[in-house]
Amino acid sequence: MTASLPPSPLNDAQRQHVDALVRELNEQQLDWVQGYLAGYRAALRPGGEAPSAPQPQGAKLTILFGSQTGNAETLAERLTEQARAKGLEVECLDMNDFPARRLKKEQRLAIISSTHGEGDPPDNALGLHEYLHGRKAPKLPQLQYAVLSLGDSSYEHFCQTGIDFDERLAELGGERLTDRVDCDVDFDEPADQWITALLDKLAAAQPAVGGGASATVSSGPAAGASQPQSQYDRKHPFTAPLLDRVKLTGRGSDKSVHHIELSLEESGLSYSPGDSLGIYAQNDPALVAQLLEHSGLDGEQIVTVKDEPLTLSQALQHHLELTRLTPPTVQQWAKLSDSSSLHSLVDNKRELIQWLHGRDLLDLWQAYPVKGLEAQTLVDHLRRLPPRLYSIASSQAAVDDEVHLTVAAVRYEQRGRAREGVGSTWLADRLTLDDSAPVFIDRNKNFRLPENGDTPIVMIGPGTGIAPFRAFMQEREALEQPGKNWLFFGDRRFRTDFLYQREWLQWRKQGLLSRLDVAFSRDGPEKVYVQHRIREAGAELWRWLEDGAHIYVCGDANAMAPDVHEALIDVVASQGHKSRENAEQYLREMTRDKRYQRDVY
Amino acid sequence: MSESLPEAEQIKRESRYLRGSLRESLADEATGALRDEDTHLSKFHGLYQQDDRDLRDERRLQKLEPHFQFMLRLRLPGGVLTPNQWLGLDEVADRFADGSLRLTTRQTFQFHRVFKENLASLIQHLDKLGLDSRGACGDVNRNVVTNVNPHLSASHQTVYNAAVQISERLNWRSAAYEEVWLNQPEKQTEEEEEPFYTHRYLPRKFKVAIALPPHNDCDVLANDIGLIAIEENGEIIGYNIAVGGGMGMTYGDRATYPRLATPVGFVPADQVVDACEAIVAIQRDHGCRTNRAHARFKYTLDDYGLDWFKERFAEVHGWPLEPLRDYTLTDSGDRFGWTEDDEGFHHLTLFTPSGRIRDFEQLKLRTALRSIAKIHSGEFRITCNQNLIISRVNAKERSAIQKLVDHYGLDDGSRSTPLARNAISCVAFPTCGLAMAESERYLPELTDKIHGLMEEAGIGQETIQLRVSGCPNGCARPYLGEIALTGKAPGKYNLYLGADTGGQRLNRLYRENIDEEEILAELKPLLSRFAKERKPGKGFGDFLYQSGVLSANTGPTDFHEPLIARG
Repeated sequence: MTASLPPSPLNDAQRQHVDALVRELNEQQLDWVQGYLAGYRAALRPGGEAPSAPQPQGAKLTILFGSQTGNAETLAERLTEQARAKGLEVECLDMNDFPARRLKKEQRLAIISSTHGEGDPPDNALGLHEYLHGRKAPKLPQLQYAVLSLGDSSYEHFCQTGIDFDERLAELGGERLTDRVDCDVDFDEPADQWITALLDKLAAAQPAVGGGASATVSSGPAAGASQPQSQYDRKHPFTAPLLDRVKLTGRGSDKSVHHIELSLEESGLSYSPGDSLGIYAQNDPALVAQLLEHSGLDGEQIVTVKDEPLTLSQALQHHLELTRLTPPTVQQWAKLSDSSSLHSLVDNKRELIQWLHGRDLLDLWQAYPVKGLEAQTLVDHLRRLPPRLYSIASSQAAVDDEVHLTVAAVRYEQRGRAREGVGSTWLADRLTLDDSAPVFIDRNKNFRLPENGDTPIVMIGPGTGIAPFRAFMQEREALEQPGKNWLFFGDRRFRTDFLYQREWLQWRKQGLLSRLDVAFSRDGPEKVYVQHRIREAGAELWRWLEDGAHIYVCGDANAMAPDVHEALIDVVASQGHKSRENAEQYLREMTRDKRYQRDVY
Repeated sequence: MSESLPEAEQIKRESRYLRGSLRESLADEATGALRDEDTHLSKFHGLYQQDDRDLRDERRLQKLEPHFQFMLRLRLPGGVLTPNQWLGLDEVADRFADGSLRLTTRQTFQFHRVFKENLASLIQHLDKLGLDSRGACGDVNRNVVTNVNPHLSASHQTVYNAAVQISERLNWRSAAYEEVWLNQPEKQTEEEEEPFYTHRYLPRKFKVAIALPPHNDCDVLANDIGLIAIEENGEIIGYNIAVGGGMGMTYGDRATYPRLATPVGFVPADQVVDACEAIVAIQRDHGCRTNRAHARFKYTLDDYGLDWFKERFAEVHGWPLEPLRDYTLTDSGDRFGWTEDDEGFHHLTLFTPSGRIRDFEQLKLRTALRSIAKIHSGEFRITCNQNLIISRVNAKERSAIQKLVDHYGLDDGSRSTPLARNAISCVAFPTCGLAMAESERYLPELTDKIHGLMEEAGIGQETIQLRVSGCPNGCARPYLGEIALTGKAPGKYNLYLGADTGGQRLNRLYRENIDEEEILAELKPLLSRFAKERKPGKGFGDFLYQSGVLSANTGPTDFHEPLIARG
């Protein structure tokens, strides 16, 4: 804690006193002391001491983020910064670090939360979400709040976690400061609008004060002040030259996974193992050509996207989502096409989601023609092409200003047409060695190596889920961290699909990797997956957990992560002689203590 | 003291009688390879760890380990097996290997591209067929080979029995084979497990062959022990013993050289197994253990001398060698087509190029042989020239087998050129780890081209023995070829010329490190001179000496110093 505070004005003796006192206190006592100090400080004010900075006005704003990939956290930081600039007292916390019982005292609360999987809360929001929906949830008549939810509208349960928080806080008596905004993958603009609306509302509730950041407020561990700043970010991506690309899957594999190396030289960008790289990919020109041909529209005519004039071809290739349909797009399309069958499809969300699966804009257009569609109307009705996120597969301690990715090219055939994932095939096929990719760092503070290099770690990363673990190992190797490392890896076939096999075997030979368990599902008569290996290794895994090991899971969110979670429950229950409930509780506590971290997608 | 020993020597000594950590190696699912030490031990069990060299570079870039796989070689003394065993091997070739069977120059089978996870299953299936791979590779006595002699069934039976007995006597005995492959529980290792070899085994591989004069299709003098059967009144009364043969050498190391075995004396038939054991014991106790390149028996003999050997033999065996008996060796090729033996059985020798039994696009060789095995009641014999004999066919079965031969277009020698059907190649790329250049895959193209030169010279129907090896170690017995190539680098070979056709004179290095164009350019004038100047009954190798193209052998440097330094 101490390390992340701004420079201390206390002398050494004072600091030691404070430290010694604080260490003894439990949460309740800390809360009391906090109130006491606030009151004491307030009481000093009439004594005539001139404040050195603009004073926080009104009740403190507590900002909580629930983030799986780091987007919610980034926005929470943005809100924190802007609120402080307006002279508000702010505390920004990871939901995991927020004691749920404090809710009863909170007066102003902003929640920013993503949703993952089938409408599930991100790992660090699980506890608060559960508490609010449980029997112990308190009445909250004192509370004013606002919720910003992040999601992906191509999923059925779009923004569900944010919706849950928003509705539940209202049920418990809270009052909305501003309406909830549900952001799609292109979240920047609506999020900024929400931030502005919220801050306007708060400012209206109190006398205006001058600008300038408040120096008296601790930002908590989430502020990330230690990261050096770069001029490049999500809104201003850096064009990173492609340095190298290697197909990792061997001959005869039915997968196509690529190792991609990009250069961050002179970008000032830095990243930590566990972070992701955001990439603004381009659509396949062939698909753009097919769309133009089908529509009869002229690709050279000028349209505007976010006030920027572009040719229609450019807009389609660079800026608009063509391969994935979302319910809002289809709803718009229903109005344009005026097709009664599309209208009725749109009215049944479940059916719509099923219909959308594996269909792209061309499918929609072919099934539901629109007469006389103008190019600009088309552009206005499409979702912006969101950046694609890839877990970074390298550590800067080892590769300096390079960044490595592990990308599985998504290709399949449906309804007589070859389909492709935009980002993966752009990186795997269309980007050439002379090209560059617009990138930014997407921080993920919820997927971090233990601070203590002695701590053992268990990495569970089948398929491309192995990427961040290559980064972990590079980091631990470069920093000579002595903690033990154990990898569970799985894929289809041993001889072609063992990603980075040479490196893992080399690390094992060096002794850096203590144990390596693999599962290949298509090699034998029975399908074997990582969860089987986890159960088989239960006794030793339990010893590692009891020795303080951290568990990391990366990869598929739909099948793998829940199966692995079940396997972990089994191991904890059987080896730790616990009931299922207690085993679940054990893992929940591990999550709370950041010893069980997941990066699943 | 053991610090100065080569790694391979240390590993076998510390292996607990060849167990090592083979079980752990096999259980490791993260790699297709064995642990480094176990790759030495696996050879004693008949397995070579290899990788697909065509994919080696590609996979390195892909951050994948090499495409590891194993070659499994059978111990098959005398190269004889039943039709039922043939069918069993045929079946497992698909299930556990690459769908081919490879006949070798040591009268046995090799399975290629066997993955680690299939090794135990394959060996268990062999066990059910009454076959094993124990001692097929490694520093022990290897597969014992004999002449095939299809026209002499009674004599063949005698030498075949001797081959089996010698193989059994000189096999290694520890229970490691049963424990590692046949799932027998591991027991405490004891010294009594290996009474003859002890924990040191031999300094290097050891090879025994038996010839029935005048035929020498096993190249008897290329072996550490060459036994030459001596017949009297139609009965084999004993064997001339030749010692110290061996093909292998190392490029650039003049202390290494191929050597023909030296005939040293005669032993009566009932002593031959004991005599072999005595000779192997001498090599076990006196062979060089500090330098593996100097560890073959041939170097032991050259270090100590033949008189020393004869004294040791008398001491260890209990009887001295008797004086050599007269014998003649005339030819080392196979006699293709049907023959009938003294007992009235029929034998069909088939040409199987490079010994590769597979269904090719043009020739469904494996299917054909499977069909024959299903109706055949005799036996199959593998020749040391990588060909196959459908052996001991009843007169009544002959026409049915001939029908299948015709149906599938099998080659009884009449469908190929004399050059091609007498050529031998080792396996080399892509599986053999030692290969420096192509061999088996290159042989058809090379024979076509050399045959073309022979046709031009008007000698297309002459027999010239051509042998191609991917490296200097000698699996194709290259130093006994009238024309021979050993690989130096991809597309580059050493050209050796001048062996005789009876396996009694080594060739010598003619040109070093040359490509195909240069090889053909060298051969063309020599073949055309041979066509004009040859004498009846004398082969190409003999001609090269008589005509003065080659001068008389001067010793080991013949294999390192090219006669013609530059073209």
